[in-house]
Amino acid sequence: MTTDARHLLEVNNLWVEFGRQTVLRNISFDVEPGETVAVIGESGCGKTVLLKNLIGLIHPTRGGIRFDGYDIRTLSEEKIVELRRRYGFVFQQAALFDSMTIEQNLLFPLVQHTTQSHDEMMSVVKRLLDEVGLSHNILSKKPAELSGGMRKRVGIARALTLSPEIVLYDEPTTGLDPIMTDVINRLMLQMAIEHSITSIIVTHDMSTVRHVADRVIMLYPHGRLGRDEPQILYDGPAHKIEESTDPRILDFIQGDGSARLKEDSEISEKESES
Amino acid sequence: MSLPVIALTGTFIGMVLAVQSYNQLKGFYLETRMGALINLSLVRELGPVLAATMLAGRIGSSMAAELGTMRVTEQIDALGSMGVNPIHYLVVPRFLACVLLIPVLTIFADFMGIVGGAYFSIGVFHIDWHFYVTNSNKIVGELDIFIGIFKSLFFGATIGLIGCHRGFNSRPGAQGVGRAATEAFVFSFVVILLLDLALGIVFESVSDLIFTPMPRQL
Repeated sequence: MTTDARHLLEVNNLWVEFGRQTVLRNISFDVEPGETVAVIGESGCGKTVLLKNLIGLIHPTRGGIRFDGYDIRTLSEEKIVELRRRYGFVFQQAALFDSMTIEQNLLFPLVQHTTQSHDEMMSVVKRLLDEVGLSHNILSKKPAELSGGMRKRVGIARALTLSPEIVLYDEPTTGLDPIMTDVINRLMLQMAIEHSITSIIVTHDMSTVRHVADRVIMLYPHGRLGRDEPQILYDGPAHKIEESTDPRILDFIQGDGSARLKEDSEISEKESES
Repeated sequence: MSLPVIALTGTFIGMVLAVQSYNQLKGFYLETRMGALINLSLVRELGPVLAATMLAGRIGSSMAAELGTMRVTEQIDALGSMGVNPIHYLVVPRFLACVLLIPVLTIFADFMGIVGGAYFSIGVFHIDWHFYVTNSNKIVGELDIFIGIFKSLFFGATIGLIGCHRGFNSRPGAQGVGRAATEAFVFSFVVILLLDLALGIVFESVSDLIFTPMPRQL
């Protein structure tokens, strides 16, 4: 299932509204094969919503998303299933199936989509566990028995079982200690290089941006934008974002919350006066 | 795991019916007809409805809580992201299980109710077992049993659909999942009562049209 598309992923004038709340406003960008793109922004700016739109888990209110030339909105269910085999998705809390063992979790995509023998599938599972640095001893355990970092690594391994072309990561290092954060960052970089995978990483961790991403897209919360202001504040090389002069970008990357505290305080005062 | 609950429910329904009807019927010297009264009430109404209510609380709430937890922890999204239709994978097996097994559990509830009612009537109130059984067999027919089981098919479908729907649409957090479980039971219970009324009217109307009704003598 391929076409002569120039970009692997094209997002065109994407709007996402939930009732009267606009989350994403007129978002447009393209992703090339092999790129590692970090999508950053404050909590609530729509990063996860954007990611779920890219795989068709959420449908946009307006606008379109094309993967390898195919418009995700207009595909039949059968085609969507075929398309999703080319994706991997690593959820924020790994989203492992807690009624299954780790072995069953990792075998699941292979059982659903391949006709390989059990031995062949186990070979894939064990290879992936080695790549993410986990012992085979965890195969019989349930997800609740693993630490957060181990669950994340199993989630990454599961996302790679069908050798996807593109992997979407939803805040892969959130909640992890600095050492495990570095482990996950190295893992994402290694997967991108060794498997030639296109990666889109939603994160608000600047260490991921600095160490893993080729390019950065920064979103800003829709509710705090002026009427004609674009929601994408920055779309460019990762190493150049820190040269930006936009105070909103600098506040984010330097972790300075004082301007936001002042803004929230002013909003609270207005609400109490009214 | 549902069998002990159903057994208990059925047995006590039968015994309570015996207790409640004995003095009323004894006043008319009709206590030997208790078997007919208890068993007809059980197989047509109380067995299916009360068994379904117990199962709505046990199975319906459990399904809603399980699916709600899967929803809030993104496991359902994970299924979708792997190209698996969550409805086919999660809902269809649960729906089929409810439709196929709840009638079986209803039959078991009816049986335990009949046993409980007979125990109290014959063992405690010393009704003559011959008249108890004979009168019951005269009044309770295959059609009555069929109607009760047929209703339970609808009740099972109701529990499966509502339990899954509430779970899939659970709001975030522990409160959301808890609410989904509660709503699964409450909505199922209300729909079961409405269906019971509607099906009762339909069956009586069809019976009147097809069969010449024999006067029931109690």
